[in-house]
Amino acid sequence: MKQAPEILRILQDKFADKITKSEMAVVDPFIVVSSHAITEVCSFLKNHEGLAFDTLMCLSGVDYKGSKNEPDRIEVVYHLFSMKFRHKIVLKVQLARENPSVPTVESVWAIANWHEREAYDMFGIHFEGHSDLRRILCPDDWIGYPLRKDYVQPETYRGMPVAPAKQFVQMAMEGQEVGTDPFVADRLKG
Amino acid sequence: MQIEAYAGEEMILNMGPQHPSTHGVLRLELETDGEIVRKVTPHIGYLHRCFEKHAENVDYPGVIPYTDRMDYVASMNNSFGYALAVEKLMGLGVNERVKTLRILMAELNRIASHLLSIGTYAMDIGSFTPFLHCFREREKILDLFEWTCGARLLYNYNWVGGVSHDIPEGFVEKAREFLRQFEPVIAEMDELLTYNKIFVERTARVGILSEELALTYNVTGPNLRGSGVKWDLRKEEPYSGYESYDFDVPVGLGKYGPLGSCWDRYYVRVREMEQSVQLIRQALDRLPEGDVHEKVPKKVKAPKGEAYGRSETPRGELGYYIVSDGGPNPYRVKVKSPCFTALSVLPIIAKGEMVADIIAMIGSIDVVMGELDR
Repeated sequence: MKQAPEILRILQDKFADKITKSEMAVVDPFIVVSSHAITEVCSFLKNHEGLAFDTLMCLSGVDYKGSKNEPDRIEVVYHLFSMKFRHKIVLKVQLARENPSVPTVESVWAIANWHEREAYDMFGIHFEGHSDLRRILCPDDWIGYPLRKDYVQPETYRGMPVAPAKQFVQMAMEGQEVGTDPFVADRLKG
Repeated sequence: MQIEAYAGEEMILNMGPQHPSTHGVLRLELETDGEIVRKVTPHIGYLHRCFEKHAENVDYPGVIPYTDRMDYVASMNNSFGYALAVEKLMGLGVNERVKTLRILMAELNRIASHLLSIGTYAMDIGSFTPFLHCFREREKILDLFEWTCGARLLYNYNWVGGVSHDIPEGFVEKAREFLRQFEPVIAEMDELLTYNKIFVERTARVGILSEELALTYNVTGPNLRGSGVKWDLRKEEPYSGYESYDFDVPVGLGKYGPLGSCWDRYYVRVREMEQSVQLIRQALDRLPEGDVHEKVPKKVKAPKGEAYGRSETPRGELGYYIVSDGGPNPYRVKVKSPCFTALSVLPIIAKGEMVADIIAMIGSIDVVMGELDR
């Protein structure tokens, strides 16, 4: 079992110029990798004898926009774990919010296929070289990327009303109780 | 007669989204050649309710009822994992009574969830009776939950820093009584189903999931253990005091066919119920004194930062990735669902099998669509 600083050192020896930032004194230590090198770094971590990161626990997209503490960007976060040595590390890739694109790690861990499809579906992150980059949770012809912070819900989908907010606004204007749904509350404020 | 006469015609068959054996709204697109399945493409998302978007718009405790609605047959375990992840982010510890109560409820819920899984699996295979036996027992557990927190399925029980209600007076005796009469039921289930020749013949040689495949697809929980891997987070990465309990991790044996078959996965679930009974007994025995609301913050406020917490639910490793920017609401909550990873391996193990065996496979990987689609 290796601690995060030791893992970072091994990575720095090999990929000195591809590691842009690291944070070790947090709950889950993380390393920021330049986006074009992610596949290389991941496959190194998986195949290194002393590291053997055989599990991709989670792959998430995060959209930072309008946060008071963070600059705007899109992040792809990889939570890695080694069942052999029981150590873990978090890798991050930081991308611009316009047309984010990052190489796929599908060839390293097969499960990345579905996780990346989800990140594409929710954030519009393009995974270069992905074998089957389709939407997974939303319908294929859905417009927009729902988990983006500036996402605006469409009012209809194939002629069916999606957002009942208008109807709630109408109800509120007529003085009826509309509940405390945060989406509705925001719209009423706006 | 020409040999072509026997060759099947390729046909696309849509199984689901409304189909009793797809356990919810799952649609499988099967490319069939006669009775043989050439390719399976799962289509998911029919039960997508934007959990992650909702979570960004409510405060930390407000997320808990939404977690309950993910895996709606094992709600206690869902909110347990969420509470653990937020506590990890906040650096908040809970007292011994809360820890014990959480384990008590999680294990009761694990039994209830496995009972449902086994019962419906038997029904998929064509045996109706075990379903009734399982649901009879499950009702008793749900009664215990209802008595404790007022809800039968969606509990909002595990709060950040504590639990919503202490157990009522007389709960310990009632729970013991339940365990006493439940243990023989497991033996009965073995007789009725586990070693039933028809059931074994139907499941022991299909849906083989090898260890390698399970690992690269990050299949977890009973599905992974069915492939012979002794890996349980309650043992390997103990949380909430699991390290102080005495229990075994059952694994698949490959008794009636290759290791990692549908039967092995089913078998692990039955044996896990026995272990849960042991865990509940130990939890009831110790049950330390304490106030269950002692550490519940008036306003849950996580510092800027992020944490990934995972726990062992009846379906495998449930992970929560929580990002906080210091505000009252989580900035991002991502759920790693065990069903999601388990279903993604289905196209591989189902390739080249018979259509009827696909049914056996879906039941054996035990997916709950609420958690898969979130």
